[in-house]
Amino acid sequence: MTATTAVRDERRLMEGSEAMVEAAIAAGCRFFAGYPMTPFTELLEHFARRLPEEGGVCINAESELEAVGMAWGALATGARAATGSTGQGLSLMQESFSEITLAELPLVVFNMARGQSDYFQATRGGGHGDYRHIVLAPIDIAEAVELTQLAFHLADRWRSPVLIYGDYLLAHVTEAVSVTPFSVPALPSKEWAVDGSLGGTGRSRSISPLGLGKHGHPGPGIERHLRAIAGKLADIEREEQRVEHAYTDDAETVVVAFGTPARFVRYVVHQLRADGEKVGYVRPISLWPFPSAVVADASAGARVVATFELSAGQMIDDVRLAVLGRAPVVRLGGISTDGSGFGVGALLDAEVVRDRILALHRGGPEAELPPLPVNERG
Amino acid sequence: MSETRTIKSRGAVTIDVETCKGCELCIVACPPRVLSMSTEVNQLGVHYPRLHPGCTGCAACLMVCPDFCFEVFRFEEPVLTTIEEPA
Amino acid sequence: MTTSQPAGPVLDSDAAPEGARKIADLKPDLLLTGEHNLCPGCGEPLAVRVYLEALQELGVSRETVMVAGIGCYTMFTGTVDLDLVQALHGRAPSVATGIKRMLPDKVVFTLQGDGDMVNEGLQEVLHTAARGERVTCILLNNGVFGETGGHMTATSVLGQRTKSSLEGRDAEYHGYPILIGDLVSRLQGAAYVARGSVHNAGAVARTKRMLRRAFETQLAGDGFSFVEVLTMCPTGWFIPTADGPDYMHETLGEVHVMGELKVDGMVKTTEELHAENVRKQHEVEAELERGGVDL
Repeated sequence: MTATTAVRDERRLMEGSEAMVEAAIAAGCRFFAGYPMTPFTELLEHFARRLPEEGGVCINAESELEAVGMAWGALATGARAATGSTGQGLSLMQESFSEITLAELPLVVFNMARGQSDYFQATRGGGHGDYRHIVLAPIDIAEAVELTQLAFHLADRWRSPVLIYGDYLLAHVTEAVSVTPFSVPALPSKEWAVDGSLGGTGRSRSISPLGLGKHGHPGPGIERHLRAIAGKLADIEREEQRVEHAYTDDAETVVVAFGTPARFVRYVVHQLRADGEKVGYVRPISLWPFPSAVVADASAGARVVATFELSAGQMIDDVRLAVLGRAPVVRLGGISTDGSGFGVGALLDAEVVRDRILALHRGGPEAELPPLPVNERG
Repeated sequence: MSETRTIKSRGAVTIDVETCKGCELCIVACPPRVLSMSTEVNQLGVHYPRLHPGCTGCAACLMVCPDFCFEVFRFEEPVLTTIEEPA
Repeated sequence: MTTSQPAGPVLDSDAAPEGARKIADLKPDLLLTGEHNLCPGCGEPLAVRVYLEALQELGVSRETVMVAGIGCYTMFTGTVDLDLVQALHGRAPSVATGIKRMLPDKVVFTLQGDGDMVNEGLQEVLHTAARGERVTCILLNNGVFGETGGHMTATSVLGQRTKSSLEGRDAEYHGYPILIGDLVSRLQGAAYVARGSVHNAGAVARTKRMLRRAFETQLAGDGFSFVEVLTMCPTGWFIPTADGPDYMHETLGEVHVMGELKVDGMVKTTEELHAENVRKQHEVEAELERGGVDL
């Protein structure tokens, strides 16, 4: 299946929310249901405006529970469909994410998070049961346009949910971007989708998280189904790691960061390199599967590996698992937010990031870092 | 002493006695009261309904049977059964 | 329940009697097999029969998508010969919404129990109704969590003994039952709302007509349609199977009153339904006297 639609390929000023919606539509998304919540709300607004123009449907659902349920139904018909919220709203949807993964439906989820403390929720499979789903974390709007289209492709390719992890900055900053169609290989048609046409034929279809079919064609059953899902997730873990890194061959200090905060880290590391400091960075683009091999390689010759994440420390667990003791792993980030709790705090400042990386680079793993800056503006 | 009586059956049913779970809903539902529970048990170990003369073919048994045990038939001409009853 | 023993020899067989015309099948055609593992005396298979027959009679078997909730009736997802999506407990109406919006010309309906719809997912059915979503929600209401073994639900009636209301549902302690059909009927988006029952053949036949009308409402694009069906659960009520119909009629049926609650925008009161029921029962009894109910 290929996504085709009229694409606005000229560069124009768009806020991230609008760009992601245009990218979703370019990828063939025709159904969206969501419940407003800052900083995700503008995605819902743009979908509400744009989907009807494209012959699609956007529902302002009465709750997050219903939003994800509606997307579930739309997906079952073979349509490309998505939902989204902030991490708080996604907490309410986790039961469905779990079962949608087990039902093998290609859901795309937008998390415009309040900071980065939804890392565990996004990467651990926040609901019940044995599952994870792909998580892609764009660094800027141009990459968000690309990864949004990729998300719909990967969701269909693997018949498994894909989450786009963004934040306030990604959703609300305005940049000049063009929504260029993303070229992907064709996928098989969705034979599994229901359209009602096989009723009464003895071959009617069933979309079930339990691997249960019908009398006469009973499906694999629960145990074999769950094992097949586990096998598929292992394949995804092997094949879908995405990562950007620089200077890791000889870096003594390696900083790991994702999403929009990584933009600050990348900028500062390039600056420091220009000054002759042996620092490098790794930016996981896929948070799950985590690019463990690249982080491991980067840590091989490093004196210290640091994470810069806007949380009390969540991705650091994955970094430690990848580094496996080859180097000390320390935190450069921390909780940092504005007065509304939207995750835009005083840590997001190139000078502050530079001071912290430099302090670590000069002082080594035991270095005393500057105190976390405090948001004084409310 | 006994006397004979003729009972008219306008309909009949077949009963899948091995599928029956013995709930007796059909016994209660049968308007002419021509179903009784067996004294024997089926493979599930439960008693099952039997049909006696006088069925009207109304399908009430079928409509209340949770286990889909009944098929219902109607005769073009009523079938007569003569029975002997104690006086 | 006392019944006199019928007279005469055993006549039944497993083969069709000679010279007879078959008027009703073992199972509905849209059921792949009649076998199921629900308890003896369960009312749910009776409701399953009539909604399948209603769909078949309307000629929409190959244009229908069913969304199943979670409860005992979920067992039928493996045997109902319709394209089907399994939803989470309580969440079927929103799943049905997504399907219908993508397939507006198809018949889309949910099958849910009272635990599923009125406990876990109450907001789902209310919002879907208020939206006037062109789907049909079917509720199998037995006033008890049957699958877990007999626990109180939001529709359990006052005085009803369950494993979580051992001395009977007490308003002071457990609160009052929700009359979901009445709630739904007050919502503007709901076009057709009815409450049927399967406690006897007449009620089953009447419920089937309600289901037909609900699906017809959907096909006409008139808005949300809803059919609640009271079903027996002797296991969860802790009574003998043969007592199920009378028990249901006298307990659940007294509170969740059978009838068409909303037709063409007109909402009926409980008192009006009571009066209508008495009249209908007389009609059905007369029909049975004449030799059969309308199939």
